[in-house]
Parts: sequence; C-alpha cells; structure tokens
Amino acid sequence: MSIEVKNLCHVYEAGTPSESRALEDVSFTIENGKFVGIVGHTGSGKSTLLQHLNGLLKPTSGQILIDGVDITADGTSMLDIRKKVGLVFQYPEYQLFEETIAKDVAFGPKNLGIEGEELENLVREAIEMVGLDYEDYKDKSPFEISGGQKRRVAIAGVLAMKPEILILDEPTAGLDPRAHKDVMDMIKNIHEKYHNTVIFVSHNMNDIANLSDQVLVFAKAKLLKDASPREVFAMKEWVLDKDLDLPDVTNLCEALREKGFDLSETIIDIDQAEKEIYDIFK
Amino acid sequence: MIRDITLGQYYNADSVIHRLDPRIKIIASLLYIVELFVVDSFIGFFYATAALGLVIALSKVPLSFIFRGMKALLIILIFTFVINLFMIDGTIIFKLWIFTISKEGLYAALFMTFRLVLLITGTSLLTLTTKPISLTDGLERLLYPLSKLKVPTHEIAMMMTIALRFIPTLLEETDKIIKAQQARGADFESGNLINRAKNLIPIIVPLFVSAFRIAHDLAMAMEARCYKGGEGRTRLHPMKYGKRDLVAYVLVFAFLASIILLRIFI
Ligand SMILES: Nc1ncnc2c1ncn2[C@@H]1O[C@H](COP(=O)(O)OP(=O)(O)OP(=O)(O)O)[C@@H](O)[C@H]1O
Ligand SMILES: [Mg+2]
Repeated sequence: MSIEVKNLCHVYEAGTPSESRALEDVSFTIENGKFVGIVGHTGSGKSTLLQHLNGLLKPTSGQILIDGVDITADGTSMLDIRKKVGLVFQYPEYQLFEETIAKDVAFGPKNLGIEGEELENLVREAIEMVGLDYEDYKDKSPFEISGGQKRRVAIAGVLAMKPEILILDEPTAGLDPRAHKDVMDMIKNIHEKYHNTVIFVSHNMNDIANLSDQVLVFAKAKLLKDASPREVFAMKEWVLDKDLDLPDVTNLCEALREKGFDLSETIIDIDQAEKEIYDIFK
Repeated sequence: MIRDITLGQYYNADSVIHRLDPRIKIIASLLYIVELFVVDSFIGFFYATAALGLVIALSKVPLSFIFRGMKALLIILIFTFVINLFMIDGTIIFKLWIFTISKEGLYAALFMTFRLVLLITGTSLLTLTTKPISLTDGLERLLYPLSKLKVPTHEIAMMMTIALRFIPTLLEETDKIIKAQQARGADFESGNLINRAKNLIPIIVPLFVSAFRIAHDLAMAMEARCYKGGEGRTRLHPMKYGKRDLVAYVLVFAFLASIILLRIFI
C-alpha cells in the first residue's frame, strides 16, 4: 500500500473568526512497507494530517491517493478505507467501551462484517500481538486493567482489523519509560511480522532515529523536510531551531567529538556508536 | 455539527451593554420577561420591541447572529402559531374543509408568537453580552441573601460555572471519541432509529468515563489548592456598581413603570 499526498490543505472552521490553517500545501509519498516517523512542534498539524489519511477529515483542497485510488473522491467507500488504513488515536484507551476486552477488540472487525470463528481468531491474534495473554484477558473488563494495558488493548482493537497501513498518533504519550519501551517494541514486532506500512507521530527522537526509514518534519502547518533520519539529524542547528531534539546517542557522540574523540559525524544508531567508541579504547 | 448551536453563546464585543454589571443585566432580563406578560396590546409589544431594538443596537451584536440562534426554535414558534390559529373558537373569518380560523384565533396566534420571539431574543441577549463566568458570579451575588437561609448559593453558582466551562471540553471529547470509533469502522449515519440508538453506546460509555475522569481530576486540583466552598472566600474582581449601572437601573425601572401605565391606560 503506497500513499501519495498531493498539495493537501486543511482549514478548520473556515469563514469564522476562529479559522485556523492546520495544513498548507503538503505533498509527499510513502512507499509500501516503510516505517515512517512524523515529527513537529505541538500544533504543527500532525494529527490533522493523520486524520486525512483514513478519510476522517476531508481536505479543504488537495488529493490523497492510497494505492493510486483517490480517497477524497465522492462515492469512495469509507469502510474500505478504514479497513485498509488503521488509525490509533492519541490516548486511545479513552475509546474503550465494552464489558470485556475481547468484545472491545472485536468491535472493529465486526463493523467490517466479520463473524464467528474468523472473528475470534482475529481477536485472539490481535490481543496476543500486543503482548497480552488471550485466555487471561479476554473476559476482563477494559476498565479494571492498568493504563499501559488499556493502551495495548486499544491498539489491539485497531490491529484486529488487519490494516495494511497502521497509523499511530503519539502511541507512547503519557506512558512510563518501561511501558514506553514495551509499546515501541510491540510496534516494531508488528511491522516485522506483517510487513505493513507503519506511520507514527512521536516527540521522542530516539524512537524516530531507531525505527523510521523516512522522517517527515512539520512546522506551522507546512511539511519542511522529507528525508531519512540520518539526513534530518545531520542538520543539528536546524533541528534545534524547529524546537525539536536530537537523539540521545547523537548528542553523546557530538559531545565526545567536541572533546577530541575521533567519531564519525551524526551517529544516530546506538550499535554504531558502541562499536566506534569501543574501537577508540581498544 | 454540534458546535453550531449559538443559543446561550457569548458574543465577544466591546459595548456599553457588555460592560454593564451582570447583576443589572440579570435583573433587567427577568423584568423584561415579566413585562412581556404584563403587555396586553400590540401597541405595548411595539413599544417593547423598540426598547429591545435599542439595547441590541447598543450591544453591537449583529442581528444575523441573534436570529441564527433562533433557527433552532423555529419549530416551536411555528407550532405555537398553528395551534393558536386553529384551536381557538370565535367569529369565523376563514373556513376550508375541517380547518377554521377565527378572528380571536388569529389574534392569539400573532400575539403569542410575538411574545415568544421577544422572550427568546431578550433572554438570549443576556447570554450574548455576558461571559458565562460573570453571569454565574452575578447570580451568586444576587442569591446571596438566600445563603442566610442555608441555601448553598456559592455551591450552586460554582456548579453552574463548572458546567458552562466544560461544555466545550466535552464537545471536543465527543468529537474525538466519534472519530476514534469511526476509525474502527463504526457507522453513525445510516440504519433505522433503533440501530442508530444502539450505535451510540460506543460514544456514550467512553464519554461518561471521560466526564467522570475530568470531574475527579478537577476536584483533586481544586482540593490541592485548598478550595473548601464559599465561606470566607474573597474575589479577584469584586463586583462594584458604577455610574453606568445606576443609569441602567433608572432606565430599567422607568421602562417597567411605563409598561404598567400603558397596561392601565390603554
Ligand atoms: N477540531 C479542531 N477545530 C479547530 N481547530 C483545530 C482542531 N483540531 C486542531 N486544530 C488546530 O489545528 C492546528 C493543528 O493541530 P494538530 O492537532 O493537527 O496539531 P499536532 O501537530 O497534532 O499537535 P500536537 O503535537 O500537540 O498533537 C492547531 O493550531 C489547532 O489549534
Ligand atoms: Mg496531535
């Protein structure tokens, strides 16, 4: 599933005094199976963009093509798009509503018309995919588990629809470091298992550097940069100027270089950093 | 969608009416309601309309904005008009099949509709020109004597303030939940009535959970800042009547007197 966004603009509450331009002339392409990170200061339009990718918001102008099909055209089946493109909102745990976890996870696939054994298999697979034991959790209430577990259940609710494109808006917001790592590992596993396209928004540059093949940098409603993480983080001054951070490992290597250690420029990979530092002290 | 409701909304402008003390505006609105029921002639209504028109002009709220809010109540207006028109017996002036219109009916229909329109416009002007917070503040001050009778006036006002404050928050929350469920393939737009009502469960349950969470967090935050009710609480902006408010009081009561005189002599 490739995604092509062409000259996308979005204006909220057009024509009222509180009108705000959330996206201005955004164009990019994401190829099938890529892991894409989206970064940008708060209010730069990231969440607005994501909601366009599965048809929840209609563009003010511009086009969105998914596998060459224009999803903004009249008469496109929304259900088809929702099936292809799974969107996990920020703080998705606030959407849980069923009596049991299994029923909640089944909500999505049921809406797609899946029933019976196939439904149960999908639910089981999704719950296990997010690292919870199906038999233990299926009959629990989604309101009696911990915050991190709720988050997993909510993500399972989208995974159960088997989306070919998985989109996550700040999937680790508000989680403690341990749960943060668990959720990011989980997303990585999902990508490795299904080879689906994954798009995620994050304020954590370590995750962006570790996981993504492609990074989109947003500022003030505009797409400023569409490049590999190495290219983006090589522009250190520029990144800081956009109110973003550098990955910890890049900062560390930069500090060492300033002290005169012989390391290569812009290291964003912890393994590479380890190897080079080890070589110096060998 | 739900955000489009303008009834009870505040219109931000800088006008004499906006700057008046909320207490005088509340009293004037209440008196205006009473006056509309004192009036019993069309002349009186034209007089009341002229007075209201003057206040609207002073308030700088565009007429279009006021009438946009009234659209939602159009059904009620039409209903009132039609019921009065056909249901009141008297001298028949028009007859078609089983429908008859009497002179009295026509009179009553026009009368009631006129009264309702003025009632809605007059009262919506209060919320249009007064911020919700000052409205509840004013109400609290006006109800203050009741607190001597152990009526929890401060708590009532605080509850109203919080309720008003959280309407936009809850609307936003609803919007988010609807989108999140739509992303999971939920369909809120088609199906028959029963199905549609059932489809609301995935919205209502999370909304209640959110409302309780917000209420709980807010209560904690207020307690953490030593909130313990109204007793001994001072205010940041004490309400004080100015010259403008006194003039307004004089005008409001003069208008009341003139309405009563009109009723007696015409
Ligand atoms: N429902 C809405 N109605 C009106 N304006 C909105 C709405 N949602 C977002 N906006 C505005 O659009 C702009 C972009 O918002 P958006 O939520 O896309 O930002 P973001 O990049 O996701 O920020 P964050 O990192 O804080 O999540 C902001 O200026 C915001 O005020
Ligand atoms: Mg966002």
